[in-house]
Amino acid sequence: MQAEVRTQMLRMWRVGLLSGLALAAAPAHAFIAYVSNEKSNTVTVIDTESWTVTKTIKVGQRPRGIDFTRDGKFVMVAVGDDDTIQVIDAKTQAVVDSLPSGPDPELFAQDAAGKFLYVANENDNTVTVIDLEKRARLGDIQVGVEPEGMTISPDGKTLINTSETTNMAHFIDTASRQIVANVLVDARPRFAEFKHDASEVWVSSEIGGTVSVIDPKKHEVIGKVTFEIPGLRKEAIQPVGIGMTKDDKTAFVALGPANRIAVVDVASRKVTKYLLVGQRVWHMAFTPDEKYLLTTNGVSNDVSVIDVAAQKVIKTIQVGELPWGITIAP
Amino acid sequence: MIRWLVGLIGLGLAATSALAAEPALIGVGYLGLAGTRSTLSLVEQPAENDGVAGARLAIEDNNTTGKFLGQRFALEERRIKEGEDVVQAATALAEKNGFIITDLPADALLKISDALRDRGTLLFNAGAIDERLREADCRANVIHTAPTRAMLADALGQYLVWKKWSRWLLVVGSHDEDKLFADALRRTATRFGAKIVQEKTFEDKGGARRTDSGVTLIQRQMPVFTQGAPAYDVLVAADESEVFGAYLPYRTWDPRPVAGSAGLVPRSWDAAQDQWGAIQMQNRFMKLNSRRMTALDMQAWTAARMIGEATSRTNSSDVKKVTDFIKGPDFSVAAFKGTRLTLRDWNLQLRQPILLVDGRMVVSVSPQEGFLHQVSELDTLGYDRPESKCKLK
Repeated sequence: MQAEVRTQMLRMWRVGLLSGLALAAAPAHAFIAYVSNEKSNTVTVIDTESWTVTKTIKVGQRPRGIDFTRDGKFVMVAVGDDDTIQVIDAKTQAVVDSLPSGPDPELFAQDAAGKFLYVANENDNTVTVIDLEKRARLGDIQVGVEPEGMTISPDGKTLINTSETTNMAHFIDTASRQIVANVLVDARPRFAEFKHDASEVWVSSEIGGTVSVIDPKKHEVIGKVTFEIPGLRKEAIQPVGIGMTKDDKTAFVALGPANRIAVVDVASRKVTKYLLVGQRVWHMAFTPDEKYLLTTNGVSNDVSVIDVAAQKVIKTIQVGELPWGITIAP
Repeated sequence: MIRWLVGLIGLGLAATSALAAEPALIGVGYLGLAGTRSTLSLVEQPAENDGVAGARLAIEDNNTTGKFLGQRFALEERRIKEGEDVVQAATALAEKNGFIITDLPADALLKISDALRDRGTLLFNAGAIDERLREADCRANVIHTAPTRAMLADALGQYLVWKKWSRWLLVVGSHDEDKLFADALRRTATRFGAKIVQEKTFEDKGGARRTDSGVTLIQRQMPVFTQGAPAYDVLVAADESEVFGAYLPYRTWDPRPVAGSAGLVPRSWDAAQDQWGAIQMQNRFMKLNSRRMTALDMQAWTAARMIGEATSRTNSSDVKKVTDFIKGPDFSVAAFKGTRLTLRDWNLQLRQPILLVDGRMVVSVSPQEGFLHQVSELDTLGYDRPESKCKLK
């Protein structure tokens, strides 16, 4: 009897020690999230420990695409109606510079080294290449009508651009800056995301209502993710943003006016769960420890916080008007 | 002999590869009437290229996509003057063009659809809003990108009912098309529970639309014309002929809003529409045509884009194949209206949200929240499948 108690206590002590160790190994980091508010012309800064808004930065007109520089020192935000990309100093949280993008920049992608920036210019069917260090425009690549989604392969050799009215994913060789393949997807492709192992590219089609899975070597659509929500008409399901966990096991797809994030099993390409978030959800970002996923909900003017492991929405944070893009400090 | 044969095969190969390099040409015709109609408001006066300008932009968009697929689109425009034979003009256009976009009155459209039926030409009605073209007089070779009067009336009616402006004073013009629009508005009122408290007819007694001191006169006429009406929430005008509608806002006896042919107007498109990525298209249109985009431009753009969408999806320029795909269950097109547009398979009418505009802004977009449907909420606008009299042939 006594021995049993002792063993139990010992076990409890061990558990306590172990969890203590685990905590020490991965301390709860506070991260800083930046959200672009398309209508209020501001960027909201969120602290991910307190989940509060710590600052609102005034930027140019119609801020949309937003991303940290690779060194984590600056935040770049595309201000489409000012035809430029503004640079925010992450330390002072103020706009300090701007980049020579083409007209009406919307989304952009950078290479792994953070040397080149590729910008989708919706108004003139081009992708602009910018040297980030020299802040110089290196040239343009002609693509389809209304270029939008942008992503780069993990090896940096292939840039994917989607064009919304042409309905294609253009595969561009980053060395020669030439289109090497065009893959037709469903209507109005908005966003492209590589699997971390580079074996697949996922492209969301907002009006088509699907996510196309493309083999980046064969340049072929090899599968499609489809969505169905009971009680919701098909037209309301409009996939836009995609986030994939680092182990390539789970994907999260924002479904726009369906007000939901679909949790997708990457291997089977099947939806396992729908998470109810704010209204017209478009883009998302993981915290670097991948504990949380933050989504921008345009019509309800807020950001939802999803506990990634539990696959649950745990919080809602009010931001500016029509929140569009989001990035989190590395 | 063998050498000759080898030579022949060689020639054949060379010809094939030359063909492969040459893009497939897809001809699109545009058939409309010459001249423009006159409107009460100078601002609303349509441009000479109203409609075809939208088709031109879509052809450019299609060609940008086409260069990746080896497809090239060409537009051939034909305007018919008074007294010219429409069937002859259409037949000539059909020589080179497997698809023809039309902006024609209902009777002319029916004539050419029957004349071109055996040829396999696919027609797109971008201009005529007549119900009968989708009902008793529907045709299997005509796709309708223009909305119908019932769709427009329902779109407006849903909003007025949502706003709880359910007592309508209906003022109808004396021309046939005004009466048809009034019929559609009466049907809408019955469907959605609005009440027409009184109907008035505005006789067209002729007279000029442009005069030097018109404003003074109108200011005296309109209050008197609308005097003595029973209590109402909104004046609904049916004046497609542009005789009086635009004279009503701010001049009614009772201070009431105006809707229908003036004031709050239901339309497939408007120059002020900037939602759902439309700003890009508005910019492209402005750059190409140096003016703003109208509803007719949009209806023609959508028609030409439907052709481009189908040729890229089927990777084919074959008219029959493309036509089958457009009429098939997998077809949809994106047209900056926040939702995919599909065809009603029973009458080939394009389902579409309808904008409610006031000349400066998009006030709302119908279908309104709460108007539900088991297939598509877009089918709460206009005649639905069970009511349809159309038998496609």
